[in-house]
Amino acid sequence: MSYFRAENISLHFGGLKAVDAVSFAVERGEILSIIGPNGAGKSSIFNLISRIYRPTAGRIFFEDQDITEEPPYDIARLGIARTFQNIELFENATVLSNLLVGRHRHSTTQLWQELLFLPSVRANEKVHRRRVEQVIEFLDLEPYRDKLISGLPYGVRKVIELARALCSEPKLILLDEPSSGLNVEETDDMSFWIRDMKSELGVTVLMVEHDMSLVNRVSDRVIALNYGRVLAMGSPAEVQQHPDVVAAYLGA
Amino acid sequence: MRFLFKTDYEDDIRLFPHSGYVVSYGLLLAVLLIAPYVLSSYLMSQLVFVCIYATVGVALLILTGFTGQASLGHAAFLAIGAYTAAYLQKYNVPFPVYFLAAGALTGLIGALVGFPALRLQGIYLVIATISFAFIVEEILARWESVTNGNEGMRVKAMSLLGVTVSRDSPTFYFLCLAVLVLTIVGTLNLLRSPTGRAFVAIRDSETAARSMGINVALYKVKSFAISAAITGFAGVLFAHKLSFISPEMFTLQLSIEFIIVILIGGTFSLHGAVLGAIFIVMIDPFLTYLKDDMPGIIAGLAATFGAGAQSAGNVQSKVAAFASLNGLKGAIYGIIIVLFVLFEPLGLYGRWLKIKLFFQLFPLYKRATFKRQKIYVKSERNR
Repeated sequence: MSYFRAENISLHFGGLKAVDAVSFAVERGEILSIIGPNGAGKSSIFNLISRIYRPTAGRIFFEDQDITEEPPYDIARLGIARTFQNIELFENATVLSNLLVGRHRHSTTQLWQELLFLPSVRANEKVHRRRVEQVIEFLDLEPYRDKLISGLPYGVRKVIELARALCSEPKLILLDEPSSGLNVEETDDMSFWIRDMKSELGVTVLMVEHDMSLVNRVSDRVIALNYGRVLAMGSPAEVQQHPDVVAAYLGA
Repeated sequence: MRFLFKTDYEDDIRLFPHSGYVVSYGLLLAVLLIAPYVLSSYLMSQLVFVCIYATVGVALLILTGFTGQASLGHAAFLAIGAYTAAYLQKYNVPFPVYFLAAGALTGLIGALVGFPALRLQGIYLVIATISFAFIVEEILARWESVTNGNEGMRVKAMSLLGVTVSRDSPTFYFLCLAVLVLTIVGTLNLLRSPTGRAFVAIRDSETAARSMGINVALYKVKSFAISAAITGFAGVLFAHKLSFISPEMFTLQLSIEFIIVILIGGTFSLHGAVLGAIFIVMIDPFLTYLKDDMPGIIAGLAATFGAGAQSAGNVQSKVAAFASLNGLKGAIYGIIIVLFVLFEPLGLYGRWLKIKLFFQLFPLYKRATFKRQKIYVKSERNR
């Protein structure tokens, strides 16, 4: 059985088929990239997995569990974290508290315990804090720890979003265009981090990306989409040679 | 400028980041504890109102400042707390019991208000909470068997451990102060634990909060319930302080006063609630001053600068007429809100931080430090 599986998932907005009966599987520990022209339905697939949209049809399985009907907050609790294409950070909070929100799925304390800040809460906070510090070190975010998000440049925010997702210690991470808006060096860093995430943290990665050099460097497999349908699936080289993919991009 | 060298995660968690805080807050507490033995009874009365308003301010900050859910219905929560106390007192329920009961009931009603609020955003939520406040006001006026209608209810002096505590006694002041301090400490505790961070997350991005595993609906309801419960506690003290309550005390204007408390004080820190409370309590003496002394002073000035007795008298009566205009208080509130939103969006506490930073960095302070960056990329579509 595959680690993560989408079976014939569809998302229709009236007559528009944003995602049309797409099936794919992600194996444990692989990096799978989804590519495709604008409007191909890549981000919609992410929004279906993280339940921002309800699928019109189809089922989604994670670790052999049907998660199609789970509410959005339970998706994260199961171990699926995500980043957003247009950065959705908590603007008026510090980097540290943003990352600590990422730890939310591991918090076990009750409201009344928190009001009194009992020793159990304090102990938990220290554990969260330590885990966050590991992620900060992993992604070189030390200089920004106590800064407000609203004062940080775009490239750093992108990394913080990745950090926040990693703080939840996900099993599967969904990266929505991790390199968009980044310069060449930042994209290089990103590609190293994505590979390290896989090799050091053992995270499975599902990624939407436009930058083909990044896709080639990190992906184990690639899926090409257009008009909500799968055009090709396979190794990065195979997919790029595929006549349908060439046609979709170049209009030949 | 002090630089903190953190060597332990505890440094990020503790309430007082360094010894300076302990000293300054210790001094403040000492002053507040001596106050009833030094200040006049009028000032003490004002201080009690500051405590009560600040408590409501903290409650509103939890909901509006940290969870981002605006409310113009907090006068109604205050009323529910006050009336619960007054009603239970009639049946000789002891103070600690009806105090807790009032908080619990108000919290429950707050949670119920929270449910329809789940589907409402921004201005629509404000409208919903206003309607809730009107409904409560109307119920208080009509449910005469319980609330005594527009006649209002008397609230006897509370008896605490067998001792009668008059509303002007130092003990009553200490009680109000204790409630305020406990509220602040509890709220600070909440803010440094997962629930508080979840509130802030919901305020800044519901989508991201959801995808981080936060049950947005549950936490919004929690926020409403906590905020309402604290306001309920404040309502009990409010009822005792006034010793008489009637529906027309809990109007929209009171809700607006609470909004002013946090808006003037600063919506991002609990300091704001206290500063705002001091500000709002000072408005009434200011209006009295405007009414009693201002006409005379202006007439005097006019006379000094060569106006005849006739025209000086004219000026005096005109100023007096203006100062006793009916809607003057509301107009002043409106002007204050507009001016603060335009020129000091971070409130009094924000101004204090700016002044502090100016002296810490002197002469290198940059005005742009506090300027908010505009956010251009924000996906509204994924709400």
